[in-house]
Amino acid sequence: MPDTLPDPSAGGDGEPRAGGAAASGPSETPGPAGPSEPAGPSEAALASAAQEPGAFSASGSSSERAAPSGASEPPGPSDRPDASGGPPGGEGGRDRAGIELINVTKRFPGQRTPAVDDVSLTIPGGEIVVLLGPSGSGKTTTMRLINRLIEPTSGRIIVAGREAMGLDPNELRRHIGYVIQNAGLFPHMTVGTNVGLVPQMLGWDKKRIAERVDELLRLVDLPPEQFRDRYPRELSGGQQQRVGVARALGADPPAMLMDEPFGALDPITRERLQDELLQLQEELGKTIVFVTHDVDEALKLGDRIAILDKGSRIVQYATPQEILLNPADEYVEQFLGGAQAMKLLKFSRVADVPLQQVPQARPEDDAAAVRERIGTADDSFAIVLDGRSRPVRWITAADLEGVTGPIGERGEPAATPIRARNTLQQALEALIQIEHEWVPVVGPRGVYRGTVTLATLQNAIKEMKEQAKARRRQDRTAAP
Amino acid sequence: MNFWEYLSSRRELLTFETWQHASMVFQCVVAALLIGVLIGLAVYRSETLSKFATSTAGVVFTVPSLALLGLLITPLGLGVAPSVVALTLYSLLPIVRNTIVGLAGVDRTLVDAARGIGMNRGRILLRVELPLAWPVILTGVRVATQLAMGIGAIAAYVSGPGLGEQIFSGLARLGGANSINMTLAGTLGIVILALIFDGCLMLIGRLTTPRGIRA
Repeated sequence: MPDTLPDPSAGGDGEPRAGGAAASGPSETPGPAGPSEPAGPSEAALASAAQEPGAFSASGSSSERAAPSGASEPPGPSDRPDASGGPPGGEGGRDRAGIELINVTKRFPGQRTPAVDDVSLTIPGGEIVVLLGPSGSGKTTTMRLINRLIEPTSGRIIVAGREAMGLDPNELRRHIGYVIQNAGLFPHMTVGTNVGLVPQMLGWDKKRIAERVDELLRLVDLPPEQFRDRYPRELSGGQQQRVGVARALGADPPAMLMDEPFGALDPITRERLQDELLQLQEELGKTIVFVTHDVDEALKLGDRIAILDKGSRIVQYATPQEILLNPADEYVEQFLGGAQAMKLLKFSRVADVPLQQVPQARPEDDAAAVRERIGTADDSFAIVLDGRSRPVRWITAADLEGVTGPIGERGEPAATPIRARNTLQQALEALIQIEHEWVPVVGPRGVYRGTVTLATLQNAIKEMKEQAKARRRQDRTAAP
Repeated sequence: MNFWEYLSSRRELLTFETWQHASMVFQCVVAALLIGVLIGLAVYRSETLSKFATSTAGVVFTVPSLALLGLLITPLGLGVAPSVVALTLYSLLPIVRNTIVGLAGVDRTLVDAARGIGMNRGRILLRVELPLAWPVILTGVRVATQLAMGIGAIAAYVSGPGLGEQIFSGLARLGGANSINMTLAGTLGIVILALIFDGCLMLIGRLTTPRGIRA
């Protein structure tokens, strides 16, 4: 469903598009000089993902833009044919949806140490940033500063290009989704009323609210006819939390805050909702700040993870890979709790490894031309895409022997594609199960992105490890 | 004259007194509801004020109704005024207490969620806190109504309106003709009224409590 929601980069409901100059250039180069330096420039996507700069409290604006095609998928419903050639035009909109904390401090009256101590954090638009830390680290406080449920003692907060302190707090909150543990649905209101609350406060007319409610319920996989008029207590915990997410998306806010939303659910439901959130995010590309103390959840969901210590001090702020391969210090290592190689497989995404590109064809393409494409390339087959660029079949030169005219329905059905959002573990699973030695990879709405083989995965892991080793060596020599 | 004959012979008077009794109780409870909820709203967010309000109402409650009515004669004279004031005061305690308990019992995370999605104070109160506290407040109203029914009878002591008149005059000439009939008529009338009121309140409770929070 490509147009269930307006393009998030168009700035949510009523959000004026602030001056566009903010987007820093399409720098593929790593950001600020830091302990992490690039090792091998070869594998562009992998490199940009793994050597993610901006470790430690990054506030440099260039750092967050380093991996537009790597760590996260380009959001936005438009089926951009290719994202590998540097940031496409829509990127600017994402940045404007970003959130920035600048030297923010929160001191509660009567407490000697500040709960949040001079924190600076840049949350790039369209990404999921996880605040990970033990209880008492101030992660929830930090999150609540963003929508001003807690007023900062000092510092600046910028949400979607606007100074949060200069806005009416209630108005600000209506444009930042808010999801809490146990969903926090109002038990005396129906599901539909709950979901329609924010649009109602924004003064939408009844018909528009009703349409929006149905649209949102469908988005979170709850058929409106069946759920609209139910009361929260008639729903399971997982269903309630889905309604919670739908309510947060009410006015299509550019950003969402999620405070341990899945913490109270059973493990199976939690996994399912995490997957659904990732899928939803693939569609919507919101800026999400996600608070959790669960390392696995952080590794799974985060485009970036900020590991917090007391006073919300940011110990490490990097992609999951970077954190797994190169923990900043013992505190982080302890927090990760070992088994990092397996975690790497489990939490690295297919999107983070360089995919193999094979010749492409369309059913209406001329057989001779396709055969030539197959022949000239190293690979012995081409992948046939349908009208919406989804992989449907694969075809070898032999299939086209002596064929003239369009290739039509020739070739064999392609294996079930895996999603770019899937983990390497899932890719491995798929590769072991099928009879071919490759699987097509698709992005949002099933658009073909490349193929993956066992060798691809092996190389990717090897590459990641080598880079981490190189970085560690460099760190050691740079340290004294 | 047996009881039934007494009833039919005094039908008009009894109907009038029953109506007056009902009307007095109804008006006093409505007044107590308005005042009580306002007091509850004013104090529920401070624990100290909440305690102060409940204990003050509790003190009023411990004053014997006969004494309170008697004391009110001095400033307010006889008749409707002292009766209404006394009844309203007695009805306040359950309503104030239940309003405070009901509002304090609203899950704080729901208020947090309401704030988080951009509701302002007034909206949170009207759309979240009061609706959620409503069943508890209504229970207070039911208790207050039962209370007012009984105490309303004693209002006859200060020449107040209602069925108390039957009871008091019956008891005053105990042994005389119809004395038992009068007392019985007044008492039964009040019991029946109380049952009718309670039934109505239960119905109101069902109609005004959304299915989502009905017990």
